[in-house]
Amino acid sequence: MQPALLELIRRTSSDLPGDVDAALGRAFRREAPGSAARGAMRTILQNVAIARENSTPVCQDTGTNLHFVHAPVDLSEGAVHQAIVGATRKATRLGYLRPNVVDPVTGKNTGDNVGRSNPLLHYHQHKAKSLRVELMLKGGGCENVSTQYALPVNRLFAGRDLAGVRSCIVDSAHQAQGKGCSPGILGVGVGGDRMSSYVEAKHQLLRLLDDVNADPVLAKLERSCLRGINSLGIGPMGFGGKTTALGVKIGVVDRIPASYYVSIAYMCWACRRRTLVLRPNGSFTVE
Amino acid sequence: MIDIKLPMSEAEARGLRMGDEVGLSGRMVTARDAGHKLMVEKKPKWLRPILEGSAIYHCGPVVAQVRGEYVFTAAGPTTSIREEPYQGQVIGDYGVRGVVGKGGMGKKTLQALQDHGAVYLHAIGGAAALLAQCVTRVESVYMLEEFGVPEAFWVIRVKDFPVVVTMDSTGASLHDSVLARSEEALRKQL
Repeated sequence: MQPALLELIRRTSSDLPGDVDAALGRAFRREAPGSAARGAMRTILQNVAIARENSTPVCQDTGTNLHFVHAPVDLSEGAVHQAIVGATRKATRLGYLRPNVVDPVTGKNTGDNVGRSNPLLHYHQHKAKSLRVELMLKGGGCENVSTQYALPVNRLFAGRDLAGVRSCIVDSAHQAQGKGCSPGILGVGVGGDRMSSYVEAKHQLLRLLDDVNADPVLAKLERSCLRGINSLGIGPMGFGGKTTALGVKIGVVDRIPASYYVSIAYMCWACRRRTLVLRPNGSFTVE
Repeated sequence: MIDIKLPMSEAEARGLRMGDEVGLSGRMVTARDAGHKLMVEKKPKWLRPILEGSAIYHCGPVVAQVRGEYVFTAAGPTTSIREEPYQGQVIGDYGVRGVVGKGGMGKKTLQALQDHGAVYLHAIGGAAALLAQCVTRVESVYMLEEFGVPEAFWVIRVKDFPVVVTMDSTGASLHDSVLARSEEALRKQL
C-alpha cells in the first residue's frame, strides 16, 4: 500500500492535473499582451512544466496533506493510517514535501510532516474491493484567505437566500485579492454547522474544473459567481487583470433553522489534487 | 526587464517604479515569521553585513542535499503581510533595499520604503520550481536547527530572478489601486 501512496504524493506535489493546466492556459491567453498579469501567467505555465519534468514540488508550500479515504470494509483504518504516515515520511525525505508540521506551543517543526492530526484523514467505507484515496495539498497562503460567513451579513446587504450566498462568495474573492495566489478556485459549502460546512467546501475542490453541477440552480449560481468574481479586475497575483478565479464549485449541507453558513475554501492556482485507486491484486493508478 | 545587481544602492532603489519588471542577480536572504521576530527582538549583529543593500526574500524553501551541498528545489514566495508588524523596522535597522514576497504589504512598510529608499518586489506565488532554478547557490544558512527548514535564514545567490515592483519609494502601491477598483466593482453587484 505504501509505494502506491508515495506515488500519489509525488504526482500530487509535482504534476498539476490536466483540467487545471488547461484552465491556466486559457487564462494566459485572455490577459493583455505586455501586461504584468500575462507575465505572471507565463511564469506560472513555465513553472508547471518544470515541476512536472523534474518531479519537484509545483509550490514549495506543500501545505496540509488532506486525504479523503474510501476503503473496502475488510481494510482497517489503522492499517491505512499507518501506510499514509509511512508514505508521508518517505515523501518528505525525498523532497516531494517540505517539512511543514509545526507544534503550536513550542514552535518546533517535527521535520517529517507527521504530528497531531497530520497527515489529515477523512475515512469512509465503501462497497468496492479497491482502496480509493483522494489527496489534496493545500498551501497556507490560500488557506489563510479561506473564510466563513454566517448569514445575514449586513455590510454586504446579504440576506438568508441564494442572492445572499452569492454576495458572500464574491466578497470572499474581493477580500482575498491576490493573497491566495490568484487565479484561484473557490470551493463553497452552504449550510451545515461550521465544521460540516467547511468540510463540504474542501470536498468541492475535488471536482474537475469543467464539470457542471448536477443541480441546475447551483450550476447557475456557480456561473454567476465566477462572472462576478472575474469582473472585480483583481487578476493573476492581484496585479490587475481579467482572470481572478478559474472556477467556483458549490455544495450544500442541510442546516438548522437558526444557522445559515457560507464557507469558502479558497484554493490557489496550484490546485494539487490527485486520486489513487489501489486494486486487491496490488496494481494501482493515480489520476 | 530591468537588471538589478544585489546589493544595490539607495539611488538604484529610489529609481525603481511601480510596474517595473525586474531581474534580480546577487545575494538575497530568506526570512519569514520567526526570522522577522528575531530581527526585531534580538537584533543579531551578524545579520547586518549580510543584509545591507540586499533583499529579504519571504520564502520557506524545499531544500535537498546533493553531495554535501544544499540545493533549493522549490522556492516560491510566501505571503508577505504576515511580516507587516516588523518589516518597516527591519528595513531601517538592517539597510535592506528590497523586500521580495507576494501579496503586497501595508501602510507601515510603504512608509518605510519612502523613508529609507527601498522597494517591494512581487514574485510569482507558487512558481516554486522555476524560481528555485534562479537560485544558483546556497552560500550559508543560519538558525536552521532552531527554526527548521522553512523558517531559517538561507543566504543565497540568485540570477535573473523575476519580480515586479508593486510598491515603490514614492508611496505608490499597485495593491492599493487594484483594491480600490475591486471594491468599486463589488459594490455595483451587491
